[in-house]
Amino acid sequence: MTYLFEDDSHAALRASAKRFAEAHIAPHARAWEEAGLFPRELYSKLAEAGLHGASYPEAHGGGGGDLGHGLVIAEELILAGKSVGTVVGLGSHGIALPPILAAGTAAQRARFVPRVVSGELIAALAITEPGAGSDVAGLRTTARRDGEHYVVDGTKTFITSGTRADLVTVAVRTGGPGHAGVSMLVVERGTPGFTVGKKLDKMGWWASDTAELVFEGCRVPASNLIGDENLGFLLIMQNFATERIFLAGNCVAIAELAYREARAYVRSREAFGKPLAAFQVVRHKLADMASRIAAARALTGEVVTRHLRGEPVPALAAMAKNTATDMCSFVCDQAVQLFGGAGYMRESVVERLYRDARLYPIGGGTREIMNEIICKVEGY
Amino acid sequence: MKILVPLKRVADPDNANKIKIPAGGATIDTTGLEWKPNPFDEYALEAALRLTENGATPKTRGGEVIVVTFGPKECETTLRAALATGADRAIRVDAKDDELDGSIVAKALRAIVDKEKPDAVVMGKQAVDGDSNQIGQMLAQHLGWPQATFAATIEEEDGALLVGREVDGGVITLRVKLPALVTVDLRIVAPTSVYSKQTKRDFKYNDGVRFAALPAIMAAKKKPLAELKLAELVSDTALKVQYSRFEAPPSRKAGIKVKDVAELVTRLKNEAKVI
Repeated sequence: MTYLFEDDSHAALRASAKRFAEAHIAPHARAWEEAGLFPRELYSKLAEAGLHGASYPEAHGGGGGDLGHGLVIAEELILAGKSVGTVVGLGSHGIALPPILAAGTAAQRARFVPRVVSGELIAALAITEPGAGSDVAGLRTTARRDGEHYVVDGTKTFITSGTRADLVTVAVRTGGPGHAGVSMLVVERGTPGFTVGKKLDKMGWWASDTAELVFEGCRVPASNLIGDENLGFLLIMQNFATERIFLAGNCVAIAELAYREARAYVRSREAFGKPLAAFQVVRHKLADMASRIAAARALTGEVVTRHLRGEPVPALAAMAKNTATDMCSFVCDQAVQLFGGAGYMRESVVERLYRDARLYPIGGGTREIMNEIICKVEGY
Repeated sequence: MKILVPLKRVADPDNANKIKIPAGGATIDTTGLEWKPNPFDEYALEAALRLTENGATPKTRGGEVIVVTFGPKECETTLRAALATGADRAIRVDAKDDELDGSIVAKALRAIVDKEKPDAVVMGKQAVDGDSNQIGQMLAQHLGWPQATFAATIEEEDGALLVGREVDGGVITLRVKLPALVTVDLRIVAPTSVYSKQTKRDFKYNDGVRFAALPAIMAAKKKPLAELKLAELVSDTALKVQYSRFEAPPSRKAGIKVKDVAELVTRLKNEAKVI
């Protein structure tokens, strides 16, 4: 099934993304997941196929599409490529660039965006710290103004694409405590004082690198400040809304893949003299999986449509994320169950998806934080 | 060079399990099937694009590529996809699938060639649904044009195409004078398979068919797409090929394990009757 918002342009991109993933991701999916990294050339290959920055403006080298185009490309890359880690690694620009596009100067957009869209540079977003995750307003990385520079000190962690990022959109404290003292700054690779602390080992998303980033007396040109000083919190929150829609879309894709894998398996696997699919209990499991996927897809599609219409969607995005992550965890768990022992083996795709799925109720704002947002918007 | 590329949509083999044959087997029920362009036709389009450009500047078309398909309105998706990858304009001949056979399509294509006067027709060697492998050859006959089938390489020359065909034991190279008809095989999309006169001989294409980016997909919506009626092109629309009955292949039986080679040979001889 596709999203209700899709038209011919989405269908064409789906076909391209499927073909790209079948040729360039699927044959290597297991190897890259086991190696914990995919080759850097994949960024430019994806860009050459017009699939890297489809949702960015054409003026900056993008495809001129919107969030919906990005969402369906990611879905097809996951479905046909079968390596969620690779797709989320490729997609880290999706959380790093929007603040620059939304609040950056023309010069900043021209300098940073096209080279990321072309696959030449890798972009990452750095918000979480060892001492501040969900509590964004409590972040402690400081950026002290010194003439034409900011001097950045602090540590960021769990940064997707962190080990290879050429530019990092970093949330820093430029003012007093709380959300009113937060700004966003672009820190470029090679800036003295900016180092990659270590590559982190994760439960899932293996093919995507995740790192700790360290800033020690790191002098960043003041011209790399995104938007106004101390107004970064709002940018972060706006960025979160689209990130959550994207994560919900990931969940729909992962669950769809787990469902397809399970459906194919129960048709071929025989027990007690007939295919597993001949047992009603197995078919009903599949029916439940399909139903929940359809429901989460419908809500995710609705929030995309409302967002594109210009409606504020923080609560609905949070609802979609929670609905989709719960659904995805359920579907992947059921898929592993249907595979039986084979589902517990690293050779099966569903084993990997089961681990990948566990990130989603945590990353991009935890399930609990989503509920807090919903409570605030609903007024209780 | 002006090139006509006929395209056909085929049922997506990834959804083959959705194919249903109603009782009696008179037809195939195509409801709910997903469609994709016939892969050999996509290769033909890629070859035509390569023949009408300098490989180093693929966005500038040094010639014209016209795509044509036969079918209902939904087939326009196939044409729009071709326009997005670089074809200049499209023609849809309105027809239902059960009104068509290879003979009718070949005759209708002849009428289109008479009207459009392309320098070449480049098409897939066959469609992967019926696997008939007829239309190219029939069309060349109707037109009285030289033909080169199953092309693995094409090189443009002055007034001719040099076509490499893979045959048993090697490659046979034909020089066909334009106008000519070429049907292509899968290796036509390898990096050094097709060269126009503008493309330098050391240029290497990406392997496979090119991708269309979103701006090209959007621009394709504005490219011209003409609709023709089948009856305008062919006077005799009686089908030459009649399908008598369809049936699904028998479902695969579970395999067995044999204890040794002797038993294997016995069973292959007596049960499977293959040796």
